[in-house]
Amino acid sequence: MSSIEQFRHDTRAWLEANCPPSMRTVMGEGDVVWGASQPAFPSEDARLWFERMRDQRWFCPEWPEEYGGAGLDPEQLAVLESEMRRLGCRPPQINLGIWMLGPVLLAYGSEEQKRSLLPPMARGEVRWCQGFSEPNAGSDLASLKMAARDAGDHFIVDGSKIWTSYGDKSDWMYALVRTDSGKPRHEGISLIVLDMRSPGVKAQPIDLISGKSAFCQVFFDGVKVPKSQLIGELNGGWALGKYLLQHERKAMSKFGEISLPSHFDLAELVREYLPQPQGQGELALKARATAVGMNEHAYQLTVQRMGQEARHGDDVGALMAIMKLVHTEQERDKFEVLLDLLGGHALGWESDAFSERQLALTRGWLNSYALTISGGASEIQLNVIAKRVLGLPDGKKGASA
Amino acid sequence: MNLRYNEEQRLLADSARDFLAARGPVAAQRKLRDEGSALGFDPQLWQDAVNLGWSGIAFPEALGGLAFGCMGLGPVFEAIGQNLSATPLLSSVVLGGSLVQLAGNAVQQERWLPGVIAGGLRLALAVDERARHDPVATTLKAVAEGDGYRLDGDKFWVVDGVGADAYVVAARTSGVAGEAEGISLFLLPADTPGLLCMALPLIDSRNSARLQLREVRVGQDALLGAEGQGWALLDAVLDRGRACLAAELLGIAEQLFQTTLDYLKTRVQFDAPIGSFQALQHRAARLFVDLALARSAVMAGLAALDDDRLDAAQRGRLVSLAKWKAGDTAIKVANEAVQMHGGIGVTDELDVGLYLKRVRVAQACLGDRDFHCERYAALGESR
Repeated sequence: MSSIEQFRHDTRAWLEANCPPSMRTVMGEGDVVWGASQPAFPSEDARLWFERMRDQRWFCPEWPEEYGGAGLDPEQLAVLESEMRRLGCRPPQINLGIWMLGPVLLAYGSEEQKRSLLPPMARGEVRWCQGFSEPNAGSDLASLKMAARDAGDHFIVDGSKIWTSYGDKSDWMYALVRTDSGKPRHEGISLIVLDMRSPGVKAQPIDLISGKSAFCQVFFDGVKVPKSQLIGELNGGWALGKYLLQHERKAMSKFGEISLPSHFDLAELVREYLPQPQGQGELALKARATAVGMNEHAYQLTVQRMGQEARHGDDVGALMAIMKLVHTEQERDKFEVLLDLLGGHALGWESDAFSERQLALTRGWLNSYALTISGGASEIQLNVIAKRVLGLPDGKKGASA
Repeated sequence: MNLRYNEEQRLLADSARDFLAARGPVAAQRKLRDEGSALGFDPQLWQDAVNLGWSGIAFPEALGGLAFGCMGLGPVFEAIGQNLSATPLLSSVVLGGSLVQLAGNAVQQERWLPGVIAGGLRLALAVDERARHDPVATTLKAVAEGDGYRLDGDKFWVVDGVGADAYVVAARTSGVAGEAEGISLFLLPADTPGLLCMALPLIDSRNSARLQLREVRVGQDALLGAEGQGWALLDAVLDRGRACLAAELLGIAEQLFQTTLDYLKTRVQFDAPIGSFQALQHRAARLFVDLALARSAVMAGLAALDDDRLDAAQRGRLVSLAKWKAGDTAIKVANEAVQMHGGIGVTDELDVGLYLKRVRVAQACLGDRDFHCERYAALGESR
């Protein structure tokens, strides 16, 4: 048996022995475990699964052992992931630190930073949040203003971040801050990490049109941040931020695998709410719903095709560039048609006159507006496609992505 | 399901593109149009394509074919779309030839298939009777008479009907329009008494025809397959044709998009290339998105036809998705191509108009967007 076959054999045996059966089922929103200083477990099995995977160093299996990983090579990592998929194992935890900041620290952090920040991250002991967006910055990230002023051995941070997911529940934040307001805007930005329990930090959840949300606005008032917590070079944060955002897609796709409680089957709902379309209006609605479903089908085939092309070593950059736009806009199109399909049943709010699924659909529809705005608004996606993929020339004015 | 051409199919795509760019480019189609060609295609070009093996791509090796499957037809039809080349590959081989191969008896196969594959004979399929595709509504009557049949009725829009050597005619031997049961197929040589073919000139300047059948008396030997049982094979073969048209539409759309993109980068207005204007950039980006989705759907439609694990409904659904998405995308791209080219876009001098006209014909042929949207839904519910 070759060593990789041996590894597959051992991995399968370990997962079968150690992954509790209840951790091999599809998970809902309430089942997510977040790695944190005081993690909350929805069940005893979830705690067991978390601890066993942690002790196996499989929260970040491909990281070097000295930083808390298991040092798996890409082939072994692929085996582990495929075996977990085969068994239907839930991710033992979700951790923005590992998925987003970790790769940046591994590439650009100092040895001291790697040794102090990575191992606790790898054990799932720290919950991280992201501080990039700011009020008024919108899609133009580089216009950020939150200042980190040089005060000898530390910075003094003043300002505010917005759209920080779980800012009120996180232990640490990685943030882009302005360290030189005299320089061109991309060149005066630095990446820092900070303790959310530092004096002067205040996180406030934001209510959305869809109701309660995980998003927070975080306020910073004279917060002291040691200079040892500057990642990479002073005023070199823009490149690191871009590097970090490249990992966002990967993180989002992992997140998407486990938590899609608002997934609605269009064809099934059409059968339920429009079993026998009568008259022009209903026939037109049925045709509209079919077209939305067909575009969704074409998108799923495109995801499949991209996977096949990537495995063959084809360049899939152009396909990657359209995915976020297509998926989020299709979600909105789908909710539009579902809203018409369910009529008044899709317009209820916190009432037992509506089924749980109907209420979830209403919120899903309202939430779908955020999808085409966050993580690069549709207009930014279109700019990226036009310029980077199609090679269309820059305008004299306007956003450059 | 494989959604990517393999090496063999990529080579085929390259050779088809090179061959047509040299022998059947848009300029050649324009010339055929200007000369008022009755055939609508260049017989020598077709013979050369046959010599390259195109007529044998989807046929089994026992018949002298290449056994590349329907996926193998994809690259050729994409190249046909890119170059706007006219050939009877769809009518004679994919539609007529497939029906004779799948439904014909030994005598019929022997009589027609070798000639079809060698290019010396040409078949055409006569299905539609009205302006919009609706094959299950076939009403052309075939009444049992003596030991044969008498056929009466009219067919509209027979692809490459002018000059065909024989016609496969869908007729109704029982039942009423809308019923699958009772549709029969007949194989009628062009010189059958009572059969009259008339040219039907369409905007794409290709070969389209109407067929008139008046007291056409034929024997049992004219029946292709079992009486009243023609629907399943007819629909399966129409799906082959639809998938090929979808590939052609994709080829056209990608070519037109590239032409338009080049224009956006070079045309200067208000001291800037017009492609630097965000209003146009976003519209171009949206077309690119549609093209990517259309390619995935077309690949799935072609692959489905070769996939034995799927049933007819599953195949039909993927083919309808392909034809729907490719047709819809090609129309959007063609409309934008004209608009973005501005004034020159509406002149006959520019090739864009030739592509636009072919798009509308190919999109409507064998089922337009609405037809395939409805069929996709119906096939989903029948499961």
